[in-house]
Amino acid sequence: MSTLTSLARAQAVATGTAQPVCTRRHVHLSDRPLVLVPLVLAGEANAPLAALVGDDSRTGRLLVVSQPRNRDRRFAFAAELAHIVVSYIEGYYASAQAVPGGRGQDDRIRFADAPQLVVPNPACIAFVRMLGRSTRFRRPSGEYAVDPAVPVLGRWLSYFAERAEHPGSCLLLAATDAVALHWASGQSPVEDLNLAALMGWIDPPAGMTGAQAAAAGEDPVTWPPAGPATDPTFDNEVLAQLIAACDLPDDDARARQRAETALQAALAAQVAPTWRLMWRAVGLLRGIPPGGRVAARWDADKDSFTSYAGYLRDDGPPQPRRDAAVAAALRLNWLERAQASYTAQRAMDDPLVMAEHRLAGEAFAGTVTAAEPGRLDSSGKRRKLRPLITVTTEDSPRIDPGVMLVSPSRPGQQARVISVSAAPVQPESAQAVPPPAAPSPATAVPATAVPAVPVRSRVAVVLELAGGMGRALVPEPGSVPEPGERLCYTTLTDSYQPAGSFPDRAGTPWTHGGPPPEYVPADEDASEAWS
Amino acid sequence: MTAAGPAAGHATAAELAAGAVAGVMTDLARLDGRGQRGIVVDSPPGAGKSTLVVRAAAEIAAAGEQVMVVAQTNSQVDDLVDRLATAAPGMAVGRLSAQAHQPAPQVTRHAAVTVAQQVGGLAGCPVVIGTAAKWATVSDGSWPWAIIDEAYQMRSDMLIRIAGRFQRALFVGDPGQLDPFSTIDIDRWAGLTWDPMQSAVAVLLRNNPDISTHRLPVSWRLPGTAVPVIAEAFYPFTGFLAGTGPAERRLEFATSALGTGPVDEAVQTAAASGWALYELPARQTVRTDREAVAACAALAERFLQRGAVAYSERAPGGAPVTVGRIAIGTAHRDQARAIRAALNPWLDGITVDTANRLQGREYDVVIVLHPLSGRRDATAFHLEAGRLCVLTSRHRHACIVVARAGIPELLDAHPSTEPVHLNVPAKFPDGWEANQAVMAHLERLRVRAL
Repeated sequence: MSTLTSLARAQAVATGTAQPVCTRRHVHLSDRPLVLVPLVLAGEANAPLAALVGDDSRTGRLLVVSQPRNRDRRFAFAAELAHIVVSYIEGYYASAQAVPGGRGQDDRIRFADAPQLVVPNPACIAFVRMLGRSTRFRRPSGEYAVDPAVPVLGRWLSYFAERAEHPGSCLLLAATDAVALHWASGQSPVEDLNLAALMGWIDPPAGMTGAQAAAAGEDPVTWPPAGPATDPTFDNEVLAQLIAACDLPDDDARARQRAETALQAALAAQVAPTWRLMWRAVGLLRGIPPGGRVAARWDADKDSFTSYAGYLRDDGPPQPRRDAAVAAALRLNWLERAQASYTAQRAMDDPLVMAEHRLAGEAFAGTVTAAEPGRLDSSGKRRKLRPLITVTTEDSPRIDPGVMLVSPSRPGQQARVISVSAAPVQPESAQAVPPPAAPSPATAVPATAVPAVPVRSRVAVVLELAGGMGRALVPEPGSVPEPGERLCYTTLTDSYQPAGSFPDRAGTPWTHGGPPPEYVPADEDASEAWS
Repeated sequence: MTAAGPAAGHATAAELAAGAVAGVMTDLARLDGRGQRGIVVDSPPGAGKSTLVVRAAAEIAAAGEQVMVVAQTNSQVDDLVDRLATAAPGMAVGRLSAQAHQPAPQVTRHAAVTVAQQVGGLAGCPVVIGTAAKWATVSDGSWPWAIIDEAYQMRSDMLIRIAGRFQRALFVGDPGQLDPFSTIDIDRWAGLTWDPMQSAVAVLLRNNPDISTHRLPVSWRLPGTAVPVIAEAFYPFTGFLAGTGPAERRLEFATSALGTGPVDEAVQTAAASGWALYELPARQTVRTDREAVAACAALAERFLQRGAVAYSERAPGGAPVTVGRIAIGTAHRDQARAIRAALNPWLDGITVDTANRLQGREYDVVIVLHPLSGRRDATAFHLEAGRLCVLTSRHRHACIVVARAGIPELLDAHPSTEPVHLNVPAKFPDGWEANQAVMAHLERLRVRAL
């Protein structure tokens, strides 16, 4: 946990209210997200029990599996869910937009918007992934045939769960993650996984402090767990009897009907509080102004969504159970580049996030105290415009000469660090600090004492600028920072990082087991190794 | 063979080491590039890994074959180039470098070394050396031989990018050092034999179980006082010997202290027994614990003030311990920065760095800010065996560990809680156990700060 977040958490405890750790929203929120609150049966691997799903807070639809141990009923549930989810997703096929291509490339078409799934917490993302895995290999014909929508649902859920691993992607969000990204509560990150407690810290009901609301949020009677796990007391005292009643033989249809209605009502009461919380969380996040680079990340999500929709339309096979060696290495490379870019983008969008990096010495903010805007570098064959500026800061940057920096307000301009030196102390704060003499080894003096509180030092950083100043040897007006201007520079960079070069699948080297066999989808894919 | 004591005689250790190297060379000659394509050499700290790399490269080149040498960082590459050009003068050595890279003076001083950004410019060189990242940009060509140095520091997804360039390979590295890491925290690939987050050697061995693994048995760096501790904690199944006898390494002071204080006591304990634990009162602190930081700086300074002189097989007449021969190791970068700021300006040459950056380096005296000092919890990061192993195995003479009291209790309160995945081999040494083993030894050499 970084220093600022720790401080914000301490302040949250002291004040009894969660503290914002961002001034901008860093997630995209759809106008019409599909909220999904799933529940599973305890003791069974990913056996769906119920789900409340919908893209409108007033019209959530409750799906219930009256006997989750029965696999036919599980897949009947999957079919129902598929009709809701897939039709929601395919609703976004309706409108497309043209995107201008890059250098020398044609325009391309992508969907104008993309679907967004919101679940309560990361464990629900794992549920989505597992449900996707258990349904994507099923087939609409042959033995154990399922509804044709089920494998399509499986592919989409697998796609969304994979996309959720991608830093900065917002196609599938966990509400607790999205909220905790923007507020520091007065509880531990593990406790933050409880949506009711987390929301209590941020938005307590009238007359309660955040701490009181969070404590109340841990009562499973008023705030049942947000899924996918259910409350064990509910399991023992309510659920077990209702499921047993639903299992009555067919001859007593009315009794069974009554039991199923009672089960529906009991499960509806379990998910309804979470459902309201989810929409409150969405509303809360919508109230924060979005960061400048959020839209660009959502565009990348739209590109990815368009591409996967095209893949499905072309009858692409389901995602393989595991990544092969080259695919795994490629994916890791891709994720790491996305992580670096996401970290940089958040800092550049948000001064409060940048403050964390300033404290860590990876960025500094200061005032331009000198500038040489017309400086030319004539060491090479052609003279180049390379202005110098001096930025004086009270931060303590940990950067070495030669490092490239960028300023969030001038993203097209690179700044190379020429020197970092202590700035002259201003007269009013000047203190006589005697230069420590180097004692010779022969004179053993007592061990050094703990130094006194350090004097607030100022650092002067000399930067050489390149780019973003026009083509002439004289910079365009305003393109070189002027003395008196306040600026922030950071080592974080959001510039394009090329993908690493990897062999193709057939070129998998011997060190990694050689080329894998060609993947042919088969019925066995649906069976799990342990089942 | 487990943690063998320092009593092993000099000649025996030298013979053992020579035998191990000869075994590696014989096996290397047997590789045919088809059935047998690689060997792995595990090396404890300071066991002559680079010497082996240089010797193997020179022998392959002398036999008229081309060899690509892969290291992980530019400074490792420069170091290897320098050693190779010194060991085999006249042999053409190619140094593959990135575009913006300025060749280091230790490279440019050799006439036989060519620096180029493209392999095409190094066609005449029997030995071409570059970082793994640079080799990954080489898109064609094939070398009959590769030597991969610090292979345990390389991630397997890097190996997959360069493995197409060579037919057979010698992998050399220290299994006790830090594992490679990723900025991404997912367990998507856990259990796969080609998990891209694992080290190159781990993946190589899981996919090619018939590859033979050799061990270098003698540490020439670590003194006899350090070997039993390090071997027991971090190399529990293989162990290794000290290359020097107890009388060969000595640390003495040119001056005696005026009165005594805990700092002097710690410095003297370390000089006499190779280790000391400088224990501050128990307290939970922020990472840059001001008292611990000041203690690290004060201990380093004291060695210089007292005029420490190191007597060793390299300098039987004694060599003064200068700023360049002292290092202070930490777990986090902000701690290193705080210590650097706390050092008096005249101590400027002292290396203060994190475990990651101290890997592969060697000093006379090392002061370690214990990764768990002042912490409230023991996370996987702070428990990692490799981190403590790197920090406590950089010294030729003495190591002082600075810590808040209560680390064994902290360990007892925080057993490892990492999830267990199917099909993932258990990893040894276990960080929790290694930490306990080191602390158990240090407890006996504890000096309490006032």
